[in-house]
Amino acid sequence: MSEAIQTAKSSKPIASRLSVGELMRSPAMGAFVGMVLVFCIFAAFGYHKNFISIVGFANWMNFASMIGIVAIPVGFLMVAGELDISVGAIMPASAMTLGILCGPYELPLGIGMLITFAMAAVIGCINGILVTRTQVPSFIVTLATLFAVGGLTLTLSVIFVNRPQVAYEAPELAKALLGDRYFGFRASVFWWILLSGILYFILHKSPWGNWIFAVGGDPESARNAGIPVNRLKISLFVLSAVCTAFAGMLQVAAFNSAQSATNFPLIFNTIIACVVGGVVLTGGFGTLIGIFLGTMTLGIVQQGIGYTDIDRNLSQLIIGIMLLAAVLMNGTFQKLATSWSTGKKED
Amino acid sequence: MNDAKTVLELRNVDKSFGPIDVLHKINLSVKAGEVLCLLGDNGAGKSTLIKTMAGVHAPTSGEILMDGKPVSFSGPKAAQEAGIACVHQFGGTFPLMSISRSFFAGVEPTKGWGPFKVFDRKKANEIAVHEVRNFGITRIDDGDRLVGGLSGGERQSLAIARAVYFGARVLILDEPTAALGVKQSAHVLRIVNEAKRRGLAVIFITHQVMHALAVGDHFAVLIRGAIAADFKQGEKTREEIADLMAGGESMADLEAKVGVQA
Repeated sequence: MSEAIQTAKSSKPIASRLSVGELMRSPAMGAFVGMVLVFCIFAAFGYHKNFISIVGFANWMNFASMIGIVAIPVGFLMVAGELDISVGAIMPASAMTLGILCGPYELPLGIGMLITFAMAAVIGCINGILVTRTQVPSFIVTLATLFAVGGLTLTLSVIFVNRPQVAYEAPELAKALLGDRYFGFRASVFWWILLSGILYFILHKSPWGNWIFAVGGDPESARNAGIPVNRLKISLFVLSAVCTAFAGMLQVAAFNSAQSATNFPLIFNTIIACVVGGVVLTGGFGTLIGIFLGTMTLGIVQQGIGYTDIDRNLSQLIIGIMLLAAVLMNGTFQKLATSWSTGKKED
Repeated sequence: MNDAKTVLELRNVDKSFGPIDVLHKINLSVKAGEVLCLLGDNGAGKSTLIKTMAGVHAPTSGEILMDGKPVSFSGPKAAQEAGIACVHQFGGTFPLMSISRSFFAGVEPTKGWGPFKVFDRKKANEIAVHEVRNFGITRIDDGDRLVGGLSGGERQSLAIARAVYFGARVLILDEPTAALGVKQSAHVLRIVNEAKRRGLAVIFITHQVMHALAVGDHFAVLIRGAIAADFKQGEKTREEIADLMAGGESMADLEAKVGVQA
């Protein structure tokens, strides 16, 4: 009955407002508006402490880059309907592996990186196989690997170097490529942008990206359409682990040391960045630009607060409110995006 | 239509899962340009039968013939390649994807070369919109629209248009009208007729007798895993079919039991 009414209404031409509607419906729009809003607020409150300066800009971009490199592949997994929180342990595990191999054990950096990437890929593979074979939710599977890898990292660190951290200074060229600052921006910022470019191409331009959306939208239909669902999910877990390992290496190069403590804030930060960026938690929807903007927003709030007279502890509150607002907005955008035919807006 | 070729045939197909027999001696055939309606109550074995035809399950015994030749499918993909497409109740489409991306999920048209192959959005949009409009959904004119904005009937039609475009010769429709309102159901039934007109062999699974009678040429009633009746259009009335589906128990008895005033 109601369907019939809606169909009747929608037969009216709606072309007149399509261009504006198109823009409003653009999924990254919410993330963009949010970022501009947060930026303006912090610019206003932090103007007297030079929030708007290259140094200020670099400050939160450096912070955001470390999250961003991890958040994008985690966002891919979210789009595919999965979650990966083991990144919180993979990052220190990779940093420690590289630090121990190339520091006290004096392996060449190239070989150390290769082994570290391989180790991360194995963890990602384990995540992926467990999730696809057992039907246990990926939240639980990666929670388990988070603690398992975290515990193993600590134990092995103590066995190999007798301490939970290790110092390692990368050779000059590697340091220049991975750790140095340029105009205040750390190398990780440039890597983040480069990686975003590559992954943008994969998610939005390549056929592979289409599969990610399809798998998150409806795994059963995706399988029927001939998409190798399990293989795709395993690859995404590997991608997330490998990108996280890379972020860990950048950290070692930048700070000349590695810590083995599990990086719990990273888990929340990546999820927040994705959700603020408009990724739908249940899968099937999200954009790379959104994730990028979401990460920037998070960076502004976490780091920009230091440029204002606002109490630092309040940044957590702001993030909490932001997250809620983002989730509510995502829902609205989704409705807008899918309701073009039903004419509900006129009611 | 009598001289049309039989496309898909099942001969004495049995299917059991361990000790549980689900299908017994199923004999069915469907010709090109014919709609076979498979009727059955919940639990009658419809799903298993569909899955057996669609290559998900291999029959325990008996054989499946396509164009008169015995075939065995290693999986749903193999059945699809042979031209058997299965459209599920809500299936085949992705609410938060665009119409064209959904249409080409898994078989994306690309341009470019090597690792730089990109999804050819323009081509995909053109084909998807053209194919869907050919099936009578003229409201769709932009392939970038999200599938979630379509009505249930339109989504079904999109899935059917997709299957036909990718070379389906046998279309298995699993309860396509079960969740739809009257108007939307009529929409889907029109699409079924269009598919039939194009010479597809359609297997239409439903428990709504009215919908079956509206499009069916040939009917089979499934009860507890066996074909209880097999008849042509016009050979049985709606009441007789409903009685058959209820397992021989007459609908009148049933109505008396639940106290419906007829």
